[in-house]
Amino acid sequence: MTESPGTTGLIMNEPLLWERGKRGRHGMSLPRRDVPSAPLRDDLVGDGPDFPDLSEVDVIRHYTRLAQWNFGVDSGMYPLGSCTMKYNPKINETLSGTPGFAAAHPLLPDHLSQGALGLIHELEGFLAHITGLDAVTLQPAAGAHGELTGMLIMHAYHRSKGSPRSRIIVPDTAHGTNPASAALCGYSPVPVKSNDQGILSVDAIAEIMDDDTAGIMVTNPNTLGLFEEHIRDIARVVHAKGGLVYCDGANMNAVMGIADMGAMGVDIMHLNLHKTFSTPHGGGGPGSGPVCVAKHLEPFLPLPRITEQDGHYALLWDAPQSIGKVQAFHGNFAVMIRAYCYILSMGRYLRKASQLAVLNAAYIKEELKDTFHLPYDRPCMHECVFTDKFQEQYKITTLHMAKRLMDYGFHPPTIYFPLVVHGAIMIEPTETESKEDIDAFIAALKAVAQEARDNPDLLRRAPHNCKVKKLDETRAARHPCLQG
Amino acid sequence: MRYLPHTEDDIATMLTSSKADSLDDLFMTIPGDCRRTGDLELPEPLTEWELIDRIDSLSRDVASSREYTTFLGAGSYEHFIPQSVSHLLSRSEFVTSYTPYQPEISQGTLQAIYEYQTLTARLLGMEVANASLYDGASALAEALLMALRVTKGTRVALSRLIHPLYRQVVATYLQPTGYEIVELPYGTDGTTDLSSLDTMDDLAAVAIQSPNFFGSIEDLKTAADKTRDRGALFITAFTEPLAFGLLKNPGALGADIACGEGQSLGIPRCFGGPALGMLACKSKYVRTMPGRLVGKTEDVEGKRGFVLTLATREQHIRREKATSNICTNNSLCALAAAMYMASLGATGMRELAQINHDRSEYLKGELVTAGQDVAFSGPTFNEFVVRFTPDFSSRYDELIEQKIIAGLPIERWYPELPHHYLLCCTETTGKKDIDRFVQEVTP
Amino acid sequence: MKEISELYLPDDVRYAETHEWIRIDDDRVRIGISDFAQDQLGDIVFVELPKVGDTFGSGEEFGTVESVKAVSELYIPVGGEVLSVNTELEDTPELVNQDPYNDGWLIEIQPDELAEMENCMTKDDYIELLEGEE
Repeated sequence: MTESPGTTGLIMNEPLLWERGKRGRHGMSLPRRDVPSAPLRDDLVGDGPDFPDLSEVDVIRHYTRLAQWNFGVDSGMYPLGSCTMKYNPKINETLSGTPGFAAAHPLLPDHLSQGALGLIHELEGFLAHITGLDAVTLQPAAGAHGELTGMLIMHAYHRSKGSPRSRIIVPDTAHGTNPASAALCGYSPVPVKSNDQGILSVDAIAEIMDDDTAGIMVTNPNTLGLFEEHIRDIARVVHAKGGLVYCDGANMNAVMGIADMGAMGVDIMHLNLHKTFSTPHGGGGPGSGPVCVAKHLEPFLPLPRITEQDGHYALLWDAPQSIGKVQAFHGNFAVMIRAYCYILSMGRYLRKASQLAVLNAAYIKEELKDTFHLPYDRPCMHECVFTDKFQEQYKITTLHMAKRLMDYGFHPPTIYFPLVVHGAIMIEPTETESKEDIDAFIAALKAVAQEARDNPDLLRRAPHNCKVKKLDETRAARHPCLQG
Repeated sequence: MRYLPHTEDDIATMLTSSKADSLDDLFMTIPGDCRRTGDLELPEPLTEWELIDRIDSLSRDVASSREYTTFLGAGSYEHFIPQSVSHLLSRSEFVTSYTPYQPEISQGTLQAIYEYQTLTARLLGMEVANASLYDGASALAEALLMALRVTKGTRVALSRLIHPLYRQVVATYLQPTGYEIVELPYGTDGTTDLSSLDTMDDLAAVAIQSPNFFGSIEDLKTAADKTRDRGALFITAFTEPLAFGLLKNPGALGADIACGEGQSLGIPRCFGGPALGMLACKSKYVRTMPGRLVGKTEDVEGKRGFVLTLATREQHIRREKATSNICTNNSLCALAAAMYMASLGATGMRELAQINHDRSEYLKGELVTAGQDVAFSGPTFNEFVVRFTPDFSSRYDELIEQKIIAGLPIERWYPELPHHYLLCCTETTGKKDIDRFVQEVTP
Repeated sequence: MKEISELYLPDDVRYAETHEWIRIDDDRVRIGISDFAQDQLGDIVFVELPKVGDTFGSGEEFGTVESVKAVSELYIPVGGEVLSVNTELEDTPELVNQDPYNDGWLIEIQPDELAEMENCMTKDDYIELLEGEE
């Protein structure tokens, strides 16, 4: 067996910015003064911010060292369930910074923004086609923002029908953003349990769906990595009482070119460009959360809409039923450029990507089911969920194993989510991991499981190879120190 | 396809291990009536070289400041971004990493965001800043929701001189909540008229933007005092944070919450996004603050380290009772802003703010000398409103042909101000271009 | 996590299904959370308590207790008016972990109906509940 990717090396220490620097240092070239100095009324002038003064070398060394403490997809495998940490193509990074686009002002007259409007419009079309829905907005800044937009559309729709509703059905496997987004619209989440197959059953929905329920928020495939097989019948039940079906599309990577969301009865869904469509996560954003809707909900989409006629694009601001705006401008355009590039580079290979994402997950599931407890031994989609049940006897938890896995050179999978599975370990390899890297990951997890038996204390004190050892999160929460 | 590493052999081996006969087999749980009927009809995949051409050609169909002299501000500003910042921001350990939920392998992001929080708090003169929100508009909406939670009031007062698109976003966010939004009008001097505040009840918050949409500097201290008298929280908004290199910051003037747009700090305009929502407040409100927070702590060996903290406010724990639904924020943009603020330093920030002020004041002065009508007399920063003659719109179009964009006509949001244009001048527009513009618009 | 046999469950308090305890101390009625609750939560980082003078009906939510990764609502076993709150917990929330029945007390109330305490569980009933939940 070859060595695991995780090893040790020289890692530099680096102080905080204000622990560096000296008053009077310069880190940036300032423009030439070519106009007279204009005074400002005394009472308006402040002292300026208390920033450190750093040289350019100070700044370069500082952030270069900080970067070296991070682990990214480019460092190694990042099997975070429901996050789709696939490879971020570098040409897309470069093209998103194209000077013509980088300097474009969002409020230019339409005829001066044709290239940008054209890109957004074409991307909307691609996403509508891929999901099987009819109209798209790219304005929301992230998935949760898309969920809020979807809820606002649902709310506006029911108001327009003269039947404002107060509840919404949220499955027990739902991501926390689902009920949080629903609550922002004043909806009370009504929980529904998944069945022993790990999916929703029609009867459970039929029991609670009524005229005061705005609809249901499903995730399909769900957060257990399973396809919600009864979705069409569930949609029928919800629609029969005048409700709408919202789909959290975070797991779209499993079904591109295979499933048809529109055919399933989905009315509104959001996508995550920073998951399915390869735009980078950036350490926590920026993402982009486009919302796709069925035709009858198009009038409610945020303003402005982009219209096209004879190859000319125009912004339509006159849409009386629109929910309004969720961001000041058009959305995260630089992120859209990356997703657009990705779709243009992949074309029909998007389907292959989904197939291979599912293959990778299915392979991992089979290889690890004897090492870790598999709560649902059923065909999985692009991710699979294990638990720490087999390791309980050694008093080893999911957390211990996740921390030890880092020493082997892998980012841990998603842990303790979904909440319906105790000690959940959710693994999503994505399609951009090769068989060798996946085999190395499997070997590492098996080694950790072995250590749980032979040397549990090693796991409890993990990680050992990282820049810092286990951090005191209790102290950080009891006595928050949020700035220096 | 270079992003798909599997060979046919790999696929065959893995299918065998997975006990499936074919790739299609893996999808047997998807019922027939949930499937696509045809293949994906997308364009033939482009090579990297064709892709470069495509984006290049699209980008040429946009008026960018490479060729145009653009006097546009209104919430999206052009500033020089040093190559050092662009270079550092391209490091893939920052770009391709996830949210730092596993702190031991994310100390880079965590320390950098802790530094961003600190610099932001210092810039705004506030006690605590969060790790960023989406943009200035949604940050304002979140600030108002926060104030509504804290005070349990039912009404918020917003100045009409807050960016019109920000007010639209606020209206969208507040629509399903039933809370009332009251508008504060403006006076002839281009600042907010606060008189109606004296009789307002059940107020959760008062929000004023300074410098406001017209570029005018508001009397935030008086607004803060009046707000306190009504028992509400005082929220200040901003679209141009460079202003605080020179002007008194919101904290010094009595803000309870300061929020706004950080795009000016090292983030290119890029047709409006991604942006940077900045939010800071007094420490006593920290537990109702939306967004992520990074805190300092120690590891088991006593070494300093950083972690995400106070997470119980957030959606993944609190679900429907969370302070917000926000999950992914704009971390890489916050990082860019921190790098930019670090590169400028205190000295540079002050000097750059002064240069910006000088340039726009010079433009203003020259226009006045040339007989143009500056609409509002009070002090401004970087932007101001000019009332051109009624026939100016055709001149505006002619100037575009000459690759000059003469500001933003504001009539569509302020119908009482026809032929009024919002002009912005930052450090990126030199004296030569200012002089040329003044000449072109002089009758 | 402790085994049920390892939990400290005093006889002189009554227990609620939602894991609060209630005790009469001279003429005051004190409320806190059980050893089981604090053990399940882990390190407690923050306690949100009501204000003196607030009133609650039996079973209503009167506050929350937070660990790093979880929040638990607190439900009042017996309705009444809040007479005092344990302000020590602002700076030292860990008292709830260390000494849940004494220094880690949460609130003192004037109960509406002292007799309602009879509806709360005895120690033996509570142990049965915990064994059932396992």
